[in-house]
Amino acid sequence: MEILVCAKRVPDTSENEIELNRAGNDIERDDLVYSINEADNYAVEEALQIVAKAGGSVTVVTVGGEDDEEILRREMAMGANHGVLISDEALFGSDGRGIATILKAFVHKGNYDLILTGVQAEDGAAQIGGMLAAMLDYPFASLVNSIEVLDGRKLKVSREIAGGNREVNEIDLPCVLSIQTGINEPRYVGMRGIRAVASVPIPTISAVELGLDPGAAGANAAKVKRVDYFVPALGKGAEMLQGSREENIEKVFELLEAKGGLR
Amino acid sequence: MPRIFAYITHKNGVADDSAVELAAAGKKIDGAASPTAILAGWGPDLNAACTSLPAAFSEMWKIASEVLAYPNAELIRKALVKVVPANSIVLIPHEHFGIDLAPGLSIKTNSAFVSDVVNIEGLEGSTLHCVRQEFGGQVSAHVQCDISSGVVITVRPGAFKAIESVTTRGAVVEKSIDIGSLKAGRRYLETIVAEAGDVDITKHNVLVSVGRGIQEKDNVAIAEELANVLGAAVSCSRPVVDAKWLPKSRQVGSSGNTVKPKVYLACGISGASQHLAGIKGSFLIAINKNPKAPIFQVADVGIVDDILEFLPELTDKIREMRTVSAK
Repeated sequence: MEILVCAKRVPDTSENEIELNRAGNDIERDDLVYSINEADNYAVEEALQIVAKAGGSVTVVTVGGEDDEEILRREMAMGANHGVLISDEALFGSDGRGIATILKAFVHKGNYDLILTGVQAEDGAAQIGGMLAAMLDYPFASLVNSIEVLDGRKLKVSREIAGGNREVNEIDLPCVLSIQTGINEPRYVGMRGIRAVASVPIPTISAVELGLDPGAAGANAAKVKRVDYFVPALGKGAEMLQGSREENIEKVFELLEAKGGLR
Repeated sequence: MPRIFAYITHKNGVADDSAVELAAAGKKIDGAASPTAILAGWGPDLNAACTSLPAAFSEMWKIASEVLAYPNAELIRKALVKVVPANSIVLIPHEHFGIDLAPGLSIKTNSAFVSDVVNIEGLEGSTLHCVRQEFGGQVSAHVQCDISSGVVITVRPGAFKAIESVTTRGAVVEKSIDIGSLKAGRRYLETIVAEAGDVDITKHNVLVSVGRGIQEKDNVAIAEELANVLGAAVSCSRPVVDAKWLPKSRQVGSSGNTVKPKVYLACGISGASQHLAGIKGSFLIAINKNPKAPIFQVADVGIVDDILEFLPELTDKIREMRTVSAK
C-alpha cells in the first residue's frame, strides 16, 4: 500500500500558551515552539502500522517554507520512507482550497492508494482532506479512529461520532481519510533517530514543477483570508480567587460544601 | 442577496437542535429573509423530521431517497450539488456529519468554505465577515470571505442563540426527483455504541476532571485521591484519553459523555469548546496554571495555580475537616 500523509508544522499548544502580540493583531510568535500538528503525527503512525502489515511505503508531504522541513525529518525518523517539501513563494497565502489544489497536483505525480491527513490543524479548519478527496473524486471519511485493510482494495474504517459511539464504514481505495487523535500510540522519536536522518536529502518541489497554473493557489486565489487574531471581550468570566493557596483551598472547600459536593 | 440554505440533520424523526441555530446564523447574514431548510432522508423518519422543524424557515426542501436512510455525506453531497443553485450560501452544523460533508461540498459547488464559525459580523458587498477560533479557543480570528461564487459555512454548535420572534413555517418543496441515482465509494455498515466503563461519570455529584495539565499518567493518582475523599469520580478531557492515561468512558465532551454533576472541578483543562459542550448546568471551578486559559471565561470560580500542588493540599484539607467533624 502506497500511503501519502499530508502534514503541517504548527505552534505546539502543549509547549506554548498562545497569546496575542503587543500590537494585538497576531499571535506572539517570538519563542514559539513549533512541531508537527498532533493529529498529523497520529496519521503518520497509522500509515506506518498499515505498511508494517500490508507492505508498501509512507511518504509525508508538507506545503510551506524551509523551516517546515524539520517535521518531515522528524516523521522520517519515526519511519516514514520519504519526505517532500512543496515550497514556492507563489504559493504563500493560500487558503484551504489553495492547499488542496497544490496537494492534488502532487498526488497526480505519484501513485497513492491511501491519503491521510490529521483531522484538523491547531490553526486550521478541518478542511484539507475533504477538499482534496472531492477534487480527486475519491471517497472520504473524517474523524477516523480505526482502520482495517480488507481484501479487494477496500478498508473498514470507524469514525468518531457523538457520545463516544463509532460509525463503521467500508470504503473503496484509493480514498482520503482524516485521522482523529487517539487512534494509536505514536512511537517515540529520540535524538538518535533524528540524527540518523539528519543528512538524508529532502526534495523541494516548486509550483512550476507541479504544473500548477499561476493563480490556482497563493494569496491572490484565496477567497478566505484571516484578517487578524484577537481575544474577545469576556462575558462575566470566572470569579478569580486571588488569595494565598491556603485561602483558595479554604474557599474551594466552602464552595464544595455549599453546592452539595460534600457527602 | 444570495439565497441562504440550512442543512438540517435529524435523527429518529426529530430535527437536531442545531436547526434553530442555523436559522439564527442565517439572520446574521440577511436579517430580512428566513433561510430555506434542506432535509434529506427516507420514509416516515424524514416526514416526521420535517414536521418537527421549528418555524424559522421560509421553505423546507425535502430530498427523499431510500439510499439516504442513513446520512452518508458523499451521497448527500451529490444530491445537494444537483439541487442547490449556484452562488448560494449553505449553512451546515459543525459536527461529525458536517465535517464529513462541507469541505467537499464547497469544492463541488465551486464555493468558498469557512469552517466552525462562532459569529457572523455581517455581509459587505460580497465580503462576509466571520469569527472563528484557533488553538483550541485560546485566540479568535476575524476571517473575511469572498462569497461571490457562493459559500459553505459550518456553524459551531451552541454559538448562535435561537431567535424567538421568528415564526415562518414555509411550505414543503419536494426535491427528490432532481437528485437522480446516487452512488458512493463509502458504505455505512453499523454503529458501535460506546462501551460502559468501570465508573459511570454521568452519575456523580462531583467530578474531578483532569486535562493535559496533569502531565503524566502517574499523576492521575493525585486526582483519584481527591475524588476518593469527596466520593467523587475522576473524569477527563480528550488529550488524557488520547494519551491512554484514562479510558474513553471517562471523557467529557461532544465525542465523550455529557455530564451534569453539581460541582465540576476542571483541573488543568484549557477549555476547548468540544469539552465544554459535555458539561451541563454544573457549578464549574477551574484550576489552571495559565491565567489566560479559555476555561476561565466560562467557569464560575477560577484559581491560577499548579494542580499538581493544589490538588494534594485540597485533599489533605478535606481529610482534615472530615476528621475534625467526626470527633
